[in-house]
Amino acid sequence: MTVRERLREKISAAFYRHGLLCASYPVPIILFTSASILACCYPLLRLPLPGTGPVEFTTRVRDYTVPSHEPQGDLGERPDWYRGPPVAYIQQVLVKAAVSPWDSTLVPVDVFRSPLGRVFSLLEEIRNHVHNDGLEALCLQVTDLLPGLRRMQTVLPEHGCLLVSPGNYWQNQRELFDSDPDLLKTVHQHEPKGLHTTATLRDLLFGVPVKHTGVSLYSRKRVVTYTITMVLGSYDARFLSSLRARLRQLHPSVNCSLREDQMVHVHFKEEIGMAELIPLVTTYIILFAYIYFSTRKIDMVKSKWGLALAAVVTVLSSLLMSVGLCTLFGLTPTLNGGEIFPYLVVVIGLENVLVLTKSVVSTPVDLEVKLRIAQGLSNESWSIMKNMATELCIILIGYFTLVPAIQEFCLFAVVGLVSDFFLQMFFFTTVLSIDIRRMELADLNRRLPAEAGMPLPKPGPLRPREAPPPPRPSPHTITLQTPAFRNLRLPKRLRVVYFLARTRLAQRFIMVGTVIWIGILAYTDPAGLRTYLAAQVSEQSPLGEGGAGGLPPHLGVAPGFPGPGGDPASTLSVLPAPAEPTPLPENQSQGHHGAPRDVPLQTQAPPLVPQISWGAEDEEGWRKLSFRHWPSLFSYYNITLAKRYISILPVIPVTLHLSPREAIETRHPQDTRHPPPPSLKTNDLPADLTLYKVAALGLAAGVLLVLLLFCLYRVLCSRNYGQNGVAHGRRRRGDLPCDDYGYSPPISEISPLLLRGHSMDIECLASDGMLLASCCLAGQIRVWDAQTGDCLTIIPKHGLRRSSSSGCWEQRDGWDAMGVAEPENLGGGTEPGGGVFDEDEGYPLRRRTTPRPALFENQPDLTPLIDTNFDSQPPSHLLLTPPRDGFDFGGLVERAYLEHEPPSRSLGYIQPPVPQGQGTPDWESAVWAMELRGNLIAAGRSSGKLELWDAVEGSLRCSNEDGVSGITALAFLNNRIVAARLDGSLDFFTVDINKPLGLLQYRGPPGRSNMPPSPCYSSEDVISCQLTRSVQCAHQKPITVLRAAAGRVVTGSQDHTVRVYRLEDSCCLFTLQGHSGGITAIYIDQTMVLASGGQDGAICLWDVLTGSRVSHVYGHRGDVTSLVCTTSCVISSGLDDLICIWDRSTGIKLYSIQQEVGCGASLGVISESLLVTGGQGCVSFWDLNFGDLLQTVYLGQSSDGQGVRQLVVLNNAAIVCDFGSELSLVYVPSVLEKLD
Amino acid sequence: MADSTVVSDQQRSGSGQTAPSRGPYIAVITNRSTTLVIRGFMLFSIGVFLALVLNLLQVQRNVTLFPPDVISSIFSSAWWVPPCCGTASAIIGLLYPCIDCRLGEPHKFKREWSSVMRCVAVFVGINHASAKVDFANNVQLSLTLAALSIGLWWTFDRSRSGFGLGVVIALLATLSTQLLVYNGVFQYTSPDFLYIRSWLPCIFFAGVITMGNIGRQLALYECKLMSEKTHQD
Repeated sequence: MTVRERLREKISAAFYRHGLLCASYPVPIILFTSASILACCYPLLRLPLPGTGPVEFTTRVRDYTVPSHEPQGDLGERPDWYRGPPVAYIQQVLVKAAVSPWDSTLVPVDVFRSPLGRVFSLLEEIRNHVHNDGLEALCLQVTDLLPGLRRMQTVLPEHGCLLVSPGNYWQNQRELFDSDPDLLKTVHQHEPKGLHTTATLRDLLFGVPVKHTGVSLYSRKRVVTYTITMVLGSYDARFLSSLRARLRQLHPSVNCSLREDQMVHVHFKEEIGMAELIPLVTTYIILFAYIYFSTRKIDMVKSKWGLALAAVVTVLSSLLMSVGLCTLFGLTPTLNGGEIFPYLVVVIGLENVLVLTKSVVSTPVDLEVKLRIAQGLSNESWSIMKNMATELCIILIGYFTLVPAIQEFCLFAVVGLVSDFFLQMFFFTTVLSIDIRRMELADLNRRLPAEAGMPLPKPGPLRPREAPPPPRPSPHTITLQTPAFRNLRLPKRLRVVYFLARTRLAQRFIMVGTVIWIGILAYTDPAGLRTYLAAQVSEQSPLGEGGAGGLPPHLGVAPGFPGPGGDPASTLSVLPAPAEPTPLPENQSQGHHGAPRDVPLQTQAPPLVPQISWGAEDEEGWRKLSFRHWPSLFSYYNITLAKRYISILPVIPVTLHLSPREAIETRHPQDTRHPPPPSLKTNDLPADLTLYKVAALGLAAGVLLVLLLFCLYRVLCSRNYGQNGVAHGRRRRGDLPCDDYGYSPPISEISPLLLRGHSMDIECLASDGMLLASCCLAGQIRVWDAQTGDCLTIIPKHGLRRSSSSGCWEQRDGWDAMGVAEPENLGGGTEPGGGVFDEDEGYPLRRRTTPRPALFENQPDLTPLIDTNFDSQPPSHLLLTPPRDGFDFGGLVERAYLEHEPPSRSLGYIQPPVPQGQGTPDWESAVWAMELRGNLIAAGRSSGKLELWDAVEGSLRCSNEDGVSGITALAFLNNRIVAARLDGSLDFFTVDINKPLGLLQYRGPPGRSNMPPSPCYSSEDVISCQLTRSVQCAHQKPITVLRAAAGRVVTGSQDHTVRVYRLEDSCCLFTLQGHSGGITAIYIDQTMVLASGGQDGAICLWDVLTGSRVSHVYGHRGDVTSLVCTTSCVISSGLDDLICIWDRSTGIKLYSIQQEVGCGASLGVISESLLVTGGQGCVSFWDLNFGDLLQTVYLGQSSDGQGVRQLVVLNNAAIVCDFGSELSLVYVPSVLEKLD
Repeated sequence: MADSTVVSDQQRSGSGQTAPSRGPYIAVITNRSTTLVIRGFMLFSIGVFLALVLNLLQVQRNVTLFPPDVISSIFSSAWWVPPCCGTASAIIGLLYPCIDCRLGEPHKFKREWSSVMRCVAVFVGINHASAKVDFANNVQLSLTLAALSIGLWWTFDRSRSGFGLGVVIALLATLSTQLLVYNGVFQYTSPDFLYIRSWLPCIFFAGVITMGNIGRQLALYECKLMSEKTHQD
């Protein structure tokens, strides 16, 4: 034994023990695992949540020095990004300009033309300001714009100082400005079309939000605001203060008391742009496809979705654990988590989980759950360990690439792999054991009789049929017929959808989510929201006479900023003051500290004197801009602000007052053409625009939602109803379904039990659950125990077998004692004398049978007559039919047609002393139909004779020879036997028991089955069988099908009609017409629902109570060969090898299964959801709910095409089918086991 | 920018997540050549898609932050690169199952969609690593990528024909890229090996393996459909 094998054994044993442990104590283990997951994830709480919003930090201007690169421990309040010099310093000069006093002769353009015109002189002033060295030395020098921005070349500066102002629209040239006929058009032409989310050029150049610029024809305040933004590369306090002083001296702002002592550093997070998002999204799509395709392979478990969820949870929590553990040990992740996450998942993979599931599922079903888990684990232990070791090796190799990023990735992957292994072993294995146990429990619940499952099977109030159906004959098919229970059968996913629809869960969830979202929005961004609200309210406040007096106080507090810059005093000052219309002298800049932004009385008519006021909101006006404002300005020059910061210096206020005369002088000739402002209502134009944006976004979201729901629907309802479903190729032997891991579904435990003994093909098969009677072409009837497969009785009693050479019957036992037999035995089996009879019973031995199959067609089947054994055939013919000479096929055929003729008993024959003297057995004619009830076998012969045999003792109890036409079908119900004959007549027999009591209960413990007191006859009873009624012309043509249930007898015939008789008085109730071909299949059950299928491929559903046709569907090309119903669906198979499953109540085809050629003539339903079909040498089990092939059981070693023609479902969840000359007893173990 | 477009030329490969949704529609079509065309078209679209996406990944290496209209410039410049990649991927994807068939050794290793998805994800990851991770020098980068590519082949393919075809196609593609760059159709911003990037063959190889994987899976799917159809008929 090599080391490798020993290791393998040890690993296997360890896994086995571990599996036992997991399956034995599921709850403690799951609790332990959850606790360890939570513990490992705990360090994650300290990680900052990802966000792209900028972070601010405020310092004082006075003692500002450029922060050093080294982290300084003493300054605790400093954020860690505040190191090194900033990318740039931003110095804004905030200009507020107004033409005052306002003259009625002025046109609207005058509001902004001359104020804007002053920007050029200001620019000149700034550029030429020289303190130590000029602006050129200090400012941030920029180079080319990005190649994609050629159209902005005329507007944005290139190769020089980054200095932007509205003057850039006119290339900073006064002449261009003066000659521009339409300023607004120039401004607008650079705006992007449609919706824009980032900073626009107008925002960049004006430096204030569009709404606040006042550059509009309809401005009411007539104050123009703009900024000149200088971007400085280095900080020179003296230059800036001298510039500030100079500007203040030139353009004093008297009432301005803006704070000038604080500078704000803004740190930008990494931006995720569209271009970066696309690959990320792609990787995530690939990841989800991977997860989807992986989890799709999980099957044969109770809850597929539950296990898939568990698998995903396993992988995700192992990732979280790895990140948490790495954080715990001081390895802060520097990689972008979102980017590497998909690759980590792919590296860790779901394979192990799937392998585990498959391994466990493919263990024998009849084992205990614990053992199954343990066995499955230990089967896979070696490959799991091997894979794990390989992956660790690969990752280790990756670690030695010495690239920091890859090393970090490998570290994460290693920790992730280990934690994933841990979770697989503990979490997933336990979940799997719970799932498998649930599956077994569910099976148990389903298979148990209703008495065990339900306390009282009270009749449902909705029961549509009048009579409560008598108890079903077998325990496992007991199902509640109440329609209210019908939805129990629905597929699980549909049930989930119904549940969602019923409770409106999704709707409520969305509503709650919306509320929470709004709450979070209001919580995290109170400033923006309140500012917006306050702005809205204050703009519309003129409605109220008292202005802000009428405002709710919480809205009035508004536009303060949470930044450290806002001081309480200025915040208060922004409050719209109580109405104090203060007409101020003209030449003075109006307002004082805290002047009202908007004087309510003056808003009714435009103010004559535009007021320039300075408030706290002007202090940091850049806050009103989009937070992408600065990054986008810098990105035009290919400078990123991601993970860096800029410092924003306090603004320099400039107040400009222009006289009307100056305004008129700078007027362009075309300016007067503008129409006067139409009305005041245009003021809410921006609001409208916002509304449109919101509407468009909402629409997009709606469309997305609809698409999402559509996808969800497709995922949930993938079955194509009403189409020919997925073709399930029946798997051939040899390529049993093996997947890549070498697993095949458990087949070993379903091994068919072959019942051998018949010498020719089996023709009739009957069962009442406990006993099983079969009749072969040779006319031999054998009775088997359906539980054990033991042969109980052989009729005729002597073991006869057909000698291989002659085709005659050779006696095997019982003859040696009798000297009579000696000569014949010496004759080598070809003994000519046939008149041998048994002394014990006195039964004659049959010399020759005319094998005839049970007929379901109007012509007798002649195939058994063709015997190719020519050398032996003629003598036997000579013996049996003396008048004929030679080999005459015509005689054979004629014989087949004239079965009712008295058979020629050729040789000496002694009437045996039959104990009851009820008749003589007829050995010459074939058994065409056979039924088994209790321990009585009813056999209908081709000669028209009906015989009743004792199944246990093998004795003939009585026989009836009233009819002469061959019996094609039999029904045995209670004490009545119905026989259909070849000539279309129908005979009703009554079985009378003369010595009624003292019945011998052969049939097992009585509590096991809830069958009706079926006739069990002891051997002492005298049984007589009398013809009570004979319906001579029941049908015009031969009767093909005969079924009896619920006190009704239904016959189907070649004459296209179905007739319903009452069993008690043999009265014909209905003649059902609707088929356009002969009837080939009929199904009737206790609920009086009748289904019939014909040669036209049609299936009709009838109500037996009223005789009305419920539905009529065409499903097959060719004959319908077999029909079975469950409580909710009808299953039909046809000559076209298609199995169709129809909804029983609506008649809609649910789906169909395409089978191989020559399959599917026989059908059986084991339980509500398990269908079994017979094929070529095999039987297949199907899940009715989904149409999936569960399993194919091969009956024999050689898969030569012996078709399964008959298939009987026994009530101990076994099926019996004929397989050539053998019977095959197949137990369905999962069903079988749960019965006990 | 020209560099990035050339770089994208290497991704003659693609992913297959579009394939299974078309199943029922394929079943309608009986003609064998039609399915071939459909398969080729699917491979083509996958190749185009991956070329665009991975091109974007490469662009990011050179430009750190995008103004809003960089994306449009990507689509406008060198329009013929994605179609070339698509065509190449279609050819490769059809070639692999064909060669398998000719050699008579059908590819049985890990034939399932989840494995294909994993392969595509690893391929994108290799591209990601080449674009995003900072390596000390180009030799290290090339060696790492080569190891990753071989690992990809070992994990998902393991067939000699796949390896051989991958190497041959990778060499051919590198040669043609070399010719293109030499003739001045393109240039790289930082070529390190005779006008081109030295890690290019590794990426080509990984792409060929991935694309072959998808092509084989698609062919398998079609094969199944065909056999089922014969059962139905």
